[in-house]
Amino acid sequence: MNGLGELERAAMDVLWDRGEPVAVRDVVRALADRDLAYTTVMTVLNRLAKKGFVRREAGEGRAWYYAPVASREQYVARLMLDALSLTGDRETALAHFAQSMTAPEAEALSQALDER
Amino acid sequence: MNAALHLAATLVLCVAAAGPLARARWVWRAPRTGILLWQLLGLSWALSAVGLLLALGLAPYDAPIPVALGRWVDDAVRGDVTPLAVLVVLGLLSALDLVIGLLWTWCSVLRVRRRHRDVLALVARRDDAAPGAFVLDHPHVVAYCVPGARSAVVLSSGALTALTRDQVDAVLDHEHAHGRERHDLVLLPFSALCSVLPKVRLVRSVARAVALLVEMRADESASLRHGAQPLAAALRRFGSARPPEGALGAADVGVAARLDRLAGLPPLPTAVRWSVLVGGLVLVSTPLSFLVR
Repeated sequence: MNGLGELERAAMDVLWDRGEPVAVRDVVRALADRDLAYTTVMTVLNRLAKKGFVRREAGEGRAWYYAPVASREQYVARLMLDALSLTGDRETALAHFAQSMTAPEAEALSQALDER
Repeated sequence: MNAALHLAATLVLCVAAAGPLARARWVWRAPRTGILLWQLLGLSWALSAVGLLLALGLAPYDAPIPVALGRWVDDAVRGDVTPLAVLVVLGLLSALDLVIGLLWTWCSVLRVRRRHRDVLALVARRDDAAPGAFVLDHPHVVAYCVPGARSAVVLSSGALTALTRDQVDAVLDHEHAHGRERHDLVLLPFSALCSVLPKVRLVRSVARAVALLVEMRADESASLRHGAQPLAAALRRFGSARPPEGALGAADVGVAARLDRLAGLPPLPTAVRWSVLVGGLVLVSTPLSFLVR
């Protein structure tokens, strides 16, 4: 399946795995088994940039390089904080089963977010 | 003056009933009835508070509120304003304040959810152990629902490790009940009220009571399918990781109450449930009868 959401996820995985800014053609190459057009990958990366998940920077030549804004762990930590209503007015946004975290654990989670 | 008296009486009744109802245990035996009662009570309160101000401000016209309001606007346009106009303006402003508070809360909730879903799509995975749910790889024990037109249920891998298959199913059912019955829409007006009147302790305890009833309703729905046992065990499992005090302490009360309920509170008899609802309807019909002609 090559839905846009699924492609965004695959592209994000490539960027997270590399750990350094990646050119569009390298993402195309990494996703070679999906047989994607260069422009498709570019669209996907630009969508991710628009949503604030990746940063775009000019590299050598005319190529654009893309890098994740935060690590996968930081995003998971952010979701966990959302889920536990520990960050302000999230109470109505999500319905959690029960509080399950100790204060020190929550503290550690917040710190994981701050580390960049 | 008749209208003002009735509205004042309704307002007093609503405020007087809210405290005891927020502490009442009998509503736990019929969470859905309890939720409906709170909605009727909240509506009565808002209508009679706004209505009372209008009724007092419009008293000189000696006419039903909608008619008098029309005349008042005509007079005001002509520049014919009495000191009582302050009350009318105050009434209209508080109605506006409530509506804006509601919209504001709704928008911020939608914003949080959209962002949450976007991130979820990138980092969560599917797992056979939790059919129909997103799984987040994190050791903490967490389960929640992102409500919406298409609600998403999320479980942490920590929860999958900590819970048995039965318990996972029960928890998922609990979360699906939140999504299916749009419990977020039930909670919305009450948390909006909290943001409009942040300093009023009664408002906060009402919002907490409604939130607890919503959890109990989801528990009820899940235990119909899976029995109370797995759900109670899962709740205990979630609870055991919690601190005895601190910022998250408020939730303790809720979990204890839910465990109590699952341990076997008998459902409220149908006749009682209906009488309660009729009572609520009678209450809300009072302000409505003066505001709608």
